[in-house]
Amino acid sequence: MRIHRRGALPVLALSVMVAAAALAQGNAVDEIAKYRAALQDGNPAELWEARGADLWKQKRGPKNASLEQCDLGLGPGVVKGAYAQLPRYFSDADRVMDLESRLVWCMVTLQGFSQADAVKRPFGGPDQKSDMEAYVAYVTSESRGARMNVSLDHPKEREAYRLGEKMFHFRGGTHDFACATCHGEDAKRIRLQDLPNLTQTAGAQKAYTTWPAYRVSQGELRSFQWRLNDCFRQQRFPELIFTSDASIALTMFLARNANGAVFDAPAIKR
Amino acid sequence: MQRLPIARIAAAGATVAAAVLATILGCATAPSDDDINAKAAAVLRASFKEQGQAKLDRLAQDDTQKTCSQYSGKAVPKDAAERIEKANLASIKWPADGNYLGDWKNGERIAQEGRGMQYSDDPKGPVGANCYACHRLSPQELSFGTIGPSLYQFGKVRGYTDEVRKYAYGKIYNAEAYSACTNMPRFGHSGILSQQQIRDVVALLMDPESPVNK
Repeated sequence: MRIHRRGALPVLALSVMVAAAALAQGNAVDEIAKYRAALQDGNPAELWEARGADLWKQKRGPKNASLEQCDLGLGPGVVKGAYAQLPRYFSDADRVMDLESRLVWCMVTLQGFSQADAVKRPFGGPDQKSDMEAYVAYVTSESRGARMNVSLDHPKEREAYRLGEKMFHFRGGTHDFACATCHGEDAKRIRLQDLPNLTQTAGAQKAYTTWPAYRVSQGELRSFQWRLNDCFRQQRFPELIFTSDASIALTMFLARNANGAVFDAPAIKR
Repeated sequence: MQRLPIARIAAAGATVAAAVLATILGCATAPSDDDINAKAAAVLRASFKEQGQAKLDRLAQDDTQKTCSQYSGKAVPKDAAERIEKANLASIKWPADGNYLGDWKNGERIAQEGRGMQYSDDPKGPVGANCYACHRLSPQELSFGTIGPSLYQFGKVRGYTDEVRKYAYGKIYNAEAYSACTNMPRFGHSGILSQQQIRDVVALLMDPESPVNK
């Protein structure tokens, strides 16, 4: 698998795409579909998965321990299929947790990291990769093929879902935008980008089961926490705090709406 | 010595009874919609940090945002819609000279410009309206969104009258004045665009020479 420098391939593909778009918009949309299909050929997310799997077994932190005994909800050490059942209520933390907040919990309790150290680099950039995104790539890859099965049995799970639904419809900021502004109706686009309707089962299933994803335009693997963070940036909101209660509630709302679908990530997106 | 265990059992019994009662009540009464709304607002406030030009006051909703959040994805009741439209119409600051028409070429640039007001944007940098994100305008631009209606031939279809110019100005300044809980931002009301920028976008829609009307 050849790994290109950030953006080199997409710029070429994009200019071909733009040239085709000049013919007619219908053609442009077809070309984008072809471009997306071509992307599926080789996914650099595998590099993050491999790095995450390696980090998982490494003894790290003040307690010199690995994450191999981390309980992601199916018992200590069980990674297979765990992501397809997250977020969920964890009695040891007395809190509903998504994958990232649970990983932080394990880094603190098993490895002895401080909370501040555990959340220090949630997202990678050009200068430094994020271990968190590598963990996320590894753990989510172990749920590929599993059916989404997020529980609302616990009262705190039900509460998180209801809070997430309210937050999805919460309009604010300079532009009055909510998540629902772009993701509340079928078959809408921003520019040429198709927007999933996340209030409907089909839209939520298609979107949620294809995150995390390797973003070709960024040369990074992006987690679901990143996806939410960047949506709020574009909504002109302040910055969503990594693993905050709002981020977990929104993830609960979207993950639960995707129940029944087969998880198929890390994916690759433009 | 014999009384102590009995007291302990009684105390333990009371604790268990209270716990059972709390569980039953907890299961029987899920939090009300108002409770969840209040908690969602509080959790949101605690879940964001200010960054760049985006301060936490952006999470403080006015009546329009609050009411439209409540009815998001549902029909807005008539009285609420009328209240929102009336208040927003009253907030529009019309150009003192009655001139609504600027330069359509500037308007095209503003319609293309997506930057502005994000915490990652330079506060001193350009602020656009990004009209093409949601609307079709000039037919030359194929990369347009569909959240809003097509505005191609906006002026040509409606007529190049002062009345329509004023409507276009007001709609861009504060869309909530005309259609309660629209998805469209309130570009003038919220200080996104200046008076001159709004005039320029009006010209993009209303100037007979604008590509929108070709």
